[in-house]
Amino acid sequence: MTTVFGVPLPAILGQLMLGLVNGSFYALLSLGLAVIFGLLGVVNFAHGAFYMLGAFAAYVGLESLGINYWWALLLAPLAVGLFGILIERLLLRHLYQVDPVYGLLLTFGIALIAEGVMRSQFGASGKSYPVPPLLQGGLNLGFMVLPVYRAWVIVASIAVCAVTWFLIERTRLGARLRAATENAKLVQAFGINVPVLVMCTYGAGVALAALAGVLAAPVVQVSPLMGSSLVIVVFAVVVIGGMGSIIGAIVSGLVLGLIEGLTKVIYPEASNVVVFVIMAIVLIWRPAGLFGKEQ
Amino acid sequence: MRAQVAVYVVLAALALIAPFLGLYPVFLMKLLCFAMFACAFNLLLGFTKMLSFGHAAYFGAAAYVTGWLVTAQGWNTLEGILGGVAVSMLLGLVIGAIAVRRQGIYFAMITLALAQVVFFICLQAEFTGGENGLQGIPRGSLLGFIKLGSDRTMYYFVLTVFVAVYALIVRIVHSPFGQVLKAIRANEPRAVSLGYKVDRYKLMAFVLSASLSGLAGSLKALVLGFATLSDVSQGNSGEVILMTLLGGSGTFLGPVIGANVVVTLQEYLSDLVGAWVSVIIGAIFVVCVLLFRRGFVGEVLRRFERRGG
Amino acid sequence: MTRKSTIMALGALLGLYAASQASAATDQVVIGDIDDMSGVYADVLGQAGIDVINMAISDFGGTVLGKKITVLSVDHQNKPDIGASKFREWADQNGLTMVLGGSNTGVSIAMSKVAAAKKIPFIAVGAGGASLTGVDCTPYTVHYAYDTTALGNGTASAIVKQGGKTWFFVTADYAFGTQLQEAATHVVLANGGKVLGAVRAPLGTTDYSSFLLQAQTSGAQVLGLANAGTDFSNSLKAANEFGIAKTMKPAALLAFLTDIHALTLNTAQGLYLTTGWYWDLNEQTRAFGKRFFAKVKRMPTMDQAAYYSATLQYLNAVKAVGSTDSDKVMAQMKKTKINDMFTQGGFIRADGLMVHTMYVMQVKAPKESKYPWDYYKVVKAMTGEEADGTQPDATCPMIKK
Repeated sequence: MTTVFGVPLPAILGQLMLGLVNGSFYALLSLGLAVIFGLLGVVNFAHGAFYMLGAFAAYVGLESLGINYWWALLLAPLAVGLFGILIERLLLRHLYQVDPVYGLLLTFGIALIAEGVMRSQFGASGKSYPVPPLLQGGLNLGFMVLPVYRAWVIVASIAVCAVTWFLIERTRLGARLRAATENAKLVQAFGINVPVLVMCTYGAGVALAALAGVLAAPVVQVSPLMGSSLVIVVFAVVVIGGMGSIIGAIVSGLVLGLIEGLTKVIYPEASNVVVFVIMAIVLIWRPAGLFGKEQ
Repeated sequence: MRAQVAVYVVLAALALIAPFLGLYPVFLMKLLCFAMFACAFNLLLGFTKMLSFGHAAYFGAAAYVTGWLVTAQGWNTLEGILGGVAVSMLLGLVIGAIAVRRQGIYFAMITLALAQVVFFICLQAEFTGGENGLQGIPRGSLLGFIKLGSDRTMYYFVLTVFVAVYALIVRIVHSPFGQVLKAIRANEPRAVSLGYKVDRYKLMAFVLSASLSGLAGSLKALVLGFATLSDVSQGNSGEVILMTLLGGSGTFLGPVIGANVVVTLQEYLSDLVGAWVSVIIGAIFVVCVLLFRRGFVGEVLRRFERRGG
Repeated sequence: MTRKSTIMALGALLGLYAASQASAATDQVVIGDIDDMSGVYADVLGQAGIDVINMAISDFGGTVLGKKITVLSVDHQNKPDIGASKFREWADQNGLTMVLGGSNTGVSIAMSKVAAAKKIPFIAVGAGGASLTGVDCTPYTVHYAYDTTALGNGTASAIVKQGGKTWFFVTADYAFGTQLQEAATHVVLANGGKVLGAVRAPLGTTDYSSFLLQAQTSGAQVLGLANAGTDFSNSLKAANEFGIAKTMKPAALLAFLTDIHALTLNTAQGLYLTTGWYWDLNEQTRAFGKRFFAKVKRMPTMDQAAYYSATLQYLNAVKAVGSTDSDKVMAQMKKTKINDMFTQGGFIRADGLMVHTMYVMQVKAPKESKYPWDYYKVVKAMTGEEADGTQPDATCPMIKK
């Protein structure tokens, strides 16, 4: 058997594949986080909670309303996105004039509330969400059996990332968004309704998190705490990519997923911390992140 | 001023007679430990305006080290506490050196991420007992003759340490060093242009805060007889922020009051409402951030000042 | 503060140090239940565990020695700190006289330290870790339903003897998982098998893919699942999803009836497992099963049956000695044979282990199952000595001397 670093090649390829699945989730989540940070200057600690709410929306939809997976992919992000808009209107809006640290604290509080409500309703252990019939079964890749569903996660999330990138970087709407990020007052003077733009951006970022949640439901089960540890990893991903950088979030999400997978073969003990260690190194070497602009 | 002295006298009297009022001494000690933790945290958030989102790392690491030293290594109580504090001081130095290079939310996220590293190390290292934690940590005795096994004796020991830490923090804030910290809080670029090596001052504040948090953690481990992952977890970091914010960051008494409220809420509500505790804590967070960012004591002080002025 | 007042304050402090003393205990019967009510083990005992304690109390008559029997319960959330501090608080504040330990060995070990310090009988039921009557034993601990040694001697030995010689473990990363892996490893090696490796997965892991991939890479014949509750069902499900259950034979080192029910017979058929009790063993077990079912709409797990039995054993001992004094009650319990719906001829060994018959079971195929909850067939009944050895655990400090 071929070996690399004394590890059989199939093992490495297998873990890389799983790393790519995780990286897909990182990319989707850090993308939403970066979009929100770019325009609002808010570090959305509730991002993990919205991801969790997306998964629960899919679960409750299936259990009590009979909404299937494919409709959930559309409806859950919509519902959670609207909820996000509500939060932006009612709460977050009041903090744009003060230190951005308060935005972080507010969203931290929101995350606690969301997790607590779900925990008291559904208990702390996971609820399983079935893989949709169309995506059941496995693909034999030679070095491993990859469940079809996980392959779908990779494809779907890369597609969503690409579309989002295109919307922001290549369309008129995106141009306005980027302009508002640079100078909100000026853009407002040009007759663009910035508060509405901000509101919709927050809603969209939240919807991306919820979409990741629906995608994750059949993989990791639906549980109230599924987002709370993930969100910290995603923070690190965003810092590494460069806060607010769209392409940085996507690329570093995927790459860090792969690196994490690789660590699982070479030195499994470090797989939980490798992202944070990389973050520390990046910050020392390039404080603005890999794709960020120096202020 | 007179009002302030009166408040302190009443509080001190209350603290001294508390165990005789039928209050549960273990609970009181827990209150004191978390109050100490919040005061140490306030040194950063309140007086230097640095929001660390990972202070549980210092609290928890010291708890583990103290527990390990007194159980596995047979050190005595004071040595164990010093060992714990030394480790959290070192940890503060390393993490602080990386974190103080950035400000605001960046600082918060870096401290959060590095605290997570500490969490995973504690989860995987042998000496912490991983998921099981360290159990049955003996309280031992002070200098060989004051046995700390009795809850009341331990209470007065913890109270003494708490008062000392509180006095130390007041002293630090009023010292020339504290004045520089306040200058940094008010306007960092100006402090730089005045020739202060701002990063060095910030790092010193960070290390001090980490060490005192560690002291709180060490004592907690001895009081309750265990050190577990809850001590180093992100939830603990969040709670100490809430305590400080709720009581009033940048005030001396605020964190103490905040810690009392939060710990009492958790202790008594968890029996009544279960998982809703975290909803209530979260809601307090939201209300605090939106409506009274000065915190409880901050608001009271402002009323007084207004009336006085 | 002036120097004078500082000295006065210090003097007052010293005086108070001297005046401090412990408070007196109260005299009542209070049974505590510390268990996972909402996490991965919530179905093993959980809320139904409280129902079962109350069933036992009302069967006993509701009072003992003329005193009302009260039950306190708390969700330890699988955190040892919550378990230990609740136990201590109840002992200090609520006049606790006995505590039942639910699932999670880590929590139970933490509780046993409190039991020793506060001298309160602690009947560990849900926890599997054999160290509770080994290195962590106390004069007040009884380990009631099963332990990791018995599980290893049951399941692991059955599988090795059928030819499953090389093993890879996926282990829950805390005291229970490591002790279970240790016990199974011991049996595998003793029977000429080999252990090719192990990976530790955190308690409550929901995505086992990367751990299972490691197992597959090892090329072992047997996938030893040293975990329990939803950890067990999740890891087995993932093994099926990744096609690993086809190349390796999964071994359920601890599985409860509720896990098999959740997995369905289709997924679980053919699994070997070891249990201390099953509802469909005899008339007595069936009668208890039906009573439980009427209340909870599920059949009881071995732990739920043990909760009932242990509560009654304790109350009988209190009645027999006419007091709740911990030492007297413990002595009485240790000299009484246990003959009830849980087991026949069970006894509490010097190290605190309740030695009783254990059953190696095989999960039925769907077509073999004749009625609801008809899940197991008995492969072998092991005597208590076969399951746990003939001698008390020598690592228990009480035994050594």
